[in-house]
Amino acid sequence: MKRTIVPIGPYHPLLEEPEHFKLYVEGERVVDVDVEIGYNHRGIEKLAEGKTWDQVPFLVERICGICSTSHPLAYCLAVEDLVDCKVPERAALIRVVIAELERIHSHLLWVGLAGHFIGYNTVWMWAWKYREAILEICEKLTGNRNHYAMIKPGGVRRDLNDEQIEYALKRIGELAAPTNMLIGAVSDDPVMGKRLRGVGVLPYEDAVLYSALGPTSRGSGVPWDTRKDESLAGYKDLDWKVIVQQDGDVFAKAVVRLLECLESVSLIGQALTRMEEGPIDAEITEVPPGEGCGRYEAPRGEVFHYVRSDGSNMPYRVKVRAPTFNNLPTFKVSCKGETIADVALITASIDPCYCCTERVGVVDRNGNEKTLREKALVRLSVEKTKEIIKKMGRIPTLYEKGI
Amino acid sequence: MATILNELKKSLGKKIIAISQPRDNRIYLRVAPEDIVTTIKYLFFDYKCKLATSTGLDTREGIEIIHHLCREDKNMVINVKTLVPYPNPSIESVGKEIPAFDWIERELNELLGVEFRGHPDMRRLLLADSFPKGKYPLRKDFQHSDVTDKDYDYKRSGI
Repeated sequence: MKRTIVPIGPYHPLLEEPEHFKLYVEGERVVDVDVEIGYNHRGIEKLAEGKTWDQVPFLVERICGICSTSHPLAYCLAVEDLVDCKVPERAALIRVVIAELERIHSHLLWVGLAGHFIGYNTVWMWAWKYREAILEICEKLTGNRNHYAMIKPGGVRRDLNDEQIEYALKRIGELAAPTNMLIGAVSDDPVMGKRLRGVGVLPYEDAVLYSALGPTSRGSGVPWDTRKDESLAGYKDLDWKVIVQQDGDVFAKAVVRLLECLESVSLIGQALTRMEEGPIDAEITEVPPGEGCGRYEAPRGEVFHYVRSDGSNMPYRVKVRAPTFNNLPTFKVSCKGETIADVALITASIDPCYCCTERVGVVDRNGNEKTLREKALVRLSVEKTKEIIKKMGRIPTLYEKGI
Repeated sequence: MATILNELKKSLGKKIIAISQPRDNRIYLRVAPEDIVTTIKYLFFDYKCKLATSTGLDTREGIEIIHHLCREDKNMVINVKTLVPYPNPSIESVGKEIPAFDWIERELNELLGVEFRGHPDMRRLLLADSFPKGKYPLRKDFQHSDVTDKDYDYKRSGI
């Protein structure tokens, strides 16, 4: 059969940052995938070599708009590893609160978009409605809806007062019920099941071979979560579990993310109630020559930072590795044999971030080109959902199911 | 935790040039460039480590490559260092054996100019195709003024 290339991107709404996917297709089936990145390479590692130790957190915070706590946190853990200092208890718990708030808002964002891609706009609207509450808590606690600038080497930059803690506890308590409702809506829905189960499977062996991270690997039965493995300060005394699913398909990844939201709600509650008065900063005054590694589990997987010091006031080298760097190459496995209508969902399933441009071109080898807009790709996906609904007959509405 | 250190000393033997454990959950070990593939393969397949990432560092004598491998169940980061000397840094590829190393070697190749012998797919990963050849932005002697708009070869990127 004739093999054609379907390019997605570099500018496409499925992708948080510009990336270029080349799908090699035979008919509707994807036989190979090639990923080109680098459209958003900003040289942050080089820039960090010209900033002082205290300035770098603000720089790495801007690597990602959504993981804006995970990167500075991993960097600060690396610096703390280098100078071998212990973060005060209260600071560690404040870090837990901010980082888990970030996790919920990132996962809810993803659930909403995944719902949109398969034509379930109700899920989209609901998920984003509950995400709004998280952003309001963040604003109350840190002054910002995003880019909180809370983390510094040795502790946190701002303390929480009693009024803020009370407010956060109240709002976060209201969130458990809607999250459960959302989980029910996704996991019990027969159409969702048909649409997401068995799609884009990443087997356990390949997840290990590609060193996949975060929900992408935990959906394939790899039980790695840096927060637990690294016995991170703050987390190790709290009661929570790592969510693992075995199937490796898009459904498993969705379930991991949704259940993690519940764990995060519980973590935030525990951290806020356990907080006791105390210092919030270990006050690092000097960074000796040496090296350190910092790891933190961002919503998408482990963020890894490595720092090397030559004893001056600036790092000699800062290495940053975001989780998507390890997760993107897994498309070579998970997209093969799938249809174009599912690729939108599979690329979204590892949760690369999203940006807002459009245009998908279909080019065959002879150079004939027809351009599909973003809407067309989402339409393909929505049509497939509708077809499933038609085959299954009428399905009960959420209202009839009593949700 | 000292047991992991002893296990590594025992199984890697003479390959280890230096080994240290400054913190409970961090091990730094140094091997010769020609031993890197066998060491990494042992750690990845037999010792069940996963790849976190690899760092390249310009140390003036050469490029120091550090492979960060994590043994999650033992809470241990094993950093395998090797120095690839100037003027033409070249080392055997790990990516041809383990797909997880594929991308990071491409990144080290373009940003620091390390040649990975036997790498299956050595195209540019992050830099534009039109970026001048032989300029390596993460080396310490690189200045932003080294590359001007005139140096870009737009024909190669098809613009």
